[in-house]
Amino acid sequence: MAGTFEAPEVVQEELDILLIGGGMACCGTAYEMMRWAEAVKAETGKELKIKLVDKAAMDRSGAVAQGLSAINTYIGDKQDPADYARMVSNDLMGITRDDLAYDLGRNVDDSVHLFEEWGLPIWKTDAEGVRHDGAEALKEGLPALKDGGQPVRSGKWQIMINGESYKWIVAEAAKKALGLDRIQERVFIVKLVNDKNDPSRVAGAVGFSVRENKLYVYKAKAIMLAAGGCVNLFRPRSVGEGSGRAWYPVWNAGSTYAMAAEAGAEMTMMENRFVPARFKDGYGPVGAWFLLFKAKATNAYGEDYMVKNKEMLNDYPPYGQAAVPASCLRNHLMLKEMKEGRGPIYMDTVTALAKLAETLTPKEVKHLEAEAWEDFLDMCIGQCGIWVGENIDPREKNSELMPTEPYLLGSHSGCCGIWVSGPTDVGAPTTEEYDGVPAHLPKGWNWGYRSMTTVKGLFTAGDGVGASGHKFSSGSHTEGRLAAKAMVKYALDNADWKVELDTSPEELVAQIYQPVRTFLEFKDYSTAIDVNPNYITPKMLQMRLQKIMDEYVAGVATYYNTNDKMLAVAEEKLEMLKEDSQKLRAKDLHELLRAWENYHRILTAEAHMKHIQFREESRYPGFYYRTDKNFVDEKNWHCFVNSIYDKNTKKWTCFKRKHVDLVDKSKLFKAAAPH
Amino acid sequence: MPTFVRTEKCDGCKGQDKTACMYICPHNLMKLDKDGSETGHAMKAFNQEPEQCWECYSCVKICPQGAIEARHYADIVPLGGSVQPMRGSDSIMWTIKFRNGTLKRFKFPIRTTAEGSIDPYGGKPMPKMSEITADGVFTRGVMGGFRAGNPAELIRK
Repeated sequence: MAGTFEAPEVVQEELDILLIGGGMACCGTAYEMMRWAEAVKAETGKELKIKLVDKAAMDRSGAVAQGLSAINTYIGDKQDPADYARMVSNDLMGITRDDLAYDLGRNVDDSVHLFEEWGLPIWKTDAEGVRHDGAEALKEGLPALKDGGQPVRSGKWQIMINGESYKWIVAEAAKKALGLDRIQERVFIVKLVNDKNDPSRVAGAVGFSVRENKLYVYKAKAIMLAAGGCVNLFRPRSVGEGSGRAWYPVWNAGSTYAMAAEAGAEMTMMENRFVPARFKDGYGPVGAWFLLFKAKATNAYGEDYMVKNKEMLNDYPPYGQAAVPASCLRNHLMLKEMKEGRGPIYMDTVTALAKLAETLTPKEVKHLEAEAWEDFLDMCIGQCGIWVGENIDPREKNSELMPTEPYLLGSHSGCCGIWVSGPTDVGAPTTEEYDGVPAHLPKGWNWGYRSMTTVKGLFTAGDGVGASGHKFSSGSHTEGRLAAKAMVKYALDNADWKVELDTSPEELVAQIYQPVRTFLEFKDYSTAIDVNPNYITPKMLQMRLQKIMDEYVAGVATYYNTNDKMLAVAEEKLEMLKEDSQKLRAKDLHELLRAWENYHRILTAEAHMKHIQFREESRYPGFYYRTDKNFVDEKNWHCFVNSIYDKNTKKWTCFKRKHVDLVDKSKLFKAAAPH
Repeated sequence: MPTFVRTEKCDGCKGQDKTACMYICPHNLMKLDKDGSETGHAMKAFNQEPEQCWECYSCVKICPQGAIEARHYADIVPLGGSVQPMRGSDSIMWTIKFRNGTLKRFKFPIRTTAEGSIDPYGGKPMPKMSEITADGVFTRGVMGGFRAGNPAELIRK
């Protein structure tokens, strides 16, 4: 029986392992896990019950849905994982987990080599230094990366690909590994459930189908929670149709952070955010323009602000003195021009392409033009939409750049997320020097199972893992793989544990379906469906959240400025918003999806606000400024800020954890070259 | 540029087991209006929440009728341009029309293997349970991607 909107069917299932999400991280988890599950079956005869649940369709879900024009993390045989860990650290102003970055660095190329084997076209450089796209390289007989083929580097860590079908390819491998019976698409998991007999353990998860009147209650021993970062918690620069044109995917609703926090997981660096400086309005990528086409960004009067304002980097030692200054500091220099009235900022595409064309044949020029367009068409088609609408040919007209609204994520150039257990063989601390860490939390950086959060049985990867940014697509896949082994081990070690949910399925179902009940109960109170004092629509709730965050928590409205007073106002407003989220309405399943997404956004936003409030400095100038503490304070704040949430009292507790370098960072600051 | 569905081209995927655009949209935007009560066009799909459209083009690329196009975000972009793909099995062809009429065409590879041909564990080792706590992934020995690193770099070890 399929159920009705008024009385949905409830499906209950007991698993060993549940994967929440279907993006790069969960695809990596699935690929690695199923092989180990096979090994378990072959050696012990035990068949682990595994299921992946995705709110969308795996072929095009997650941040890589649209495709990508580059793989941003490929170490290659000439760089050391330690170099990678150093770069990650400096870009994130010194506060990252070297253990996690280092481990990712030594394993990530394995996934990239698999992608190529599966059919992802990867650009190659031949012996003469000529570059070929991925299909041409194959025709030319250039070797695969695995066999010594040379990628086209668009930066120290990036390689160019023809990545329109990147996700499609990676999903195909994951789907085949799992088998269709272990995949449930279009079910949105909205809440984790702890164990009745051990509240520090995860026991299951609940959600609903966005297509059928069905609610799902899963029990599981181990859960991978990898449901992306958080987008649209701040008011976007475009508020009409263009509000969907977020830089990161608009479907990333903070579900990873909110669900983990409610389950009791320790969060880390939730004050961190990413404010990408991108092509204005379309949010087209700038990496290839800067690194491959050697374009410069200038103010409206043609001045290179990175050169003009370079003295400003000295305000932030040592991070400003690295060969490549941190992303936030590059924004910091750009914002000076904007605030002092020398905008718009431009990417000088005209000069860059003309200069490249000087030494090229007409055929090569044609190829160069195609490369420039492909950069957008592979991953940000909307930017091409702006170019055609505004008659912008990059050879003839420069394009505006602009820093976007803030985003929260852990896989790109940001590092907010969940505190996880790291590798044990790289010298990570096993004790904690700071007081104030709640007693029930682990002391060092590893506690038994790689990638497990501080909640037993709950694992994460990709955007979920905090304090270790710059993993991108390949790194997220790898992180999923590293977690997969530990999850299988955990499931086996806990084979005899009898999972019991701390809340009855009836109560859980009532909670997740509440927005529908609210709608059905009150819909006839007023004649206008959207204006009713008994409920709030998900859309209005989202706009209220965005207004609070934009105006008080350092959004674009204040040029990313906030202070202790503004944060106190935000705190109060967010409390009331969180209370009002209990009155969300859902007039159909689609709105129920939006209702829960926005609830997740509120919790994520609250964590962000509380962490910024707790950290009494401005760690990321250019991403946000606390104008009452407008400095980087290495003495007091060169540390992690972590937090836990109590789902009963609905309160956050923030605390410090000591930061330790596992690789020598001073190497970054030698022989600093001008940008 | 939210996507939109051309009334005359959409056939509601009558011949398919599911509506392609509904199947693929990562943000649950595409909806089949079975009885025409929502759009006035029965058995045709529509974008139910255009301001949430990321313009990822997943629906445009998958539509078997070529019925889905994008009209650039009206709050940002002047009218008249279009960016339309035709996605094949190994490449994608883009037709790009500027507001001023300029036309460009580009073709890019999208994969080097046949769709559906991936053999995920073909030629890959079967790991041993005794190795489950070792660092790295099960393909470490065969994919040539493990970067051991210089041990001297780890200053606390």
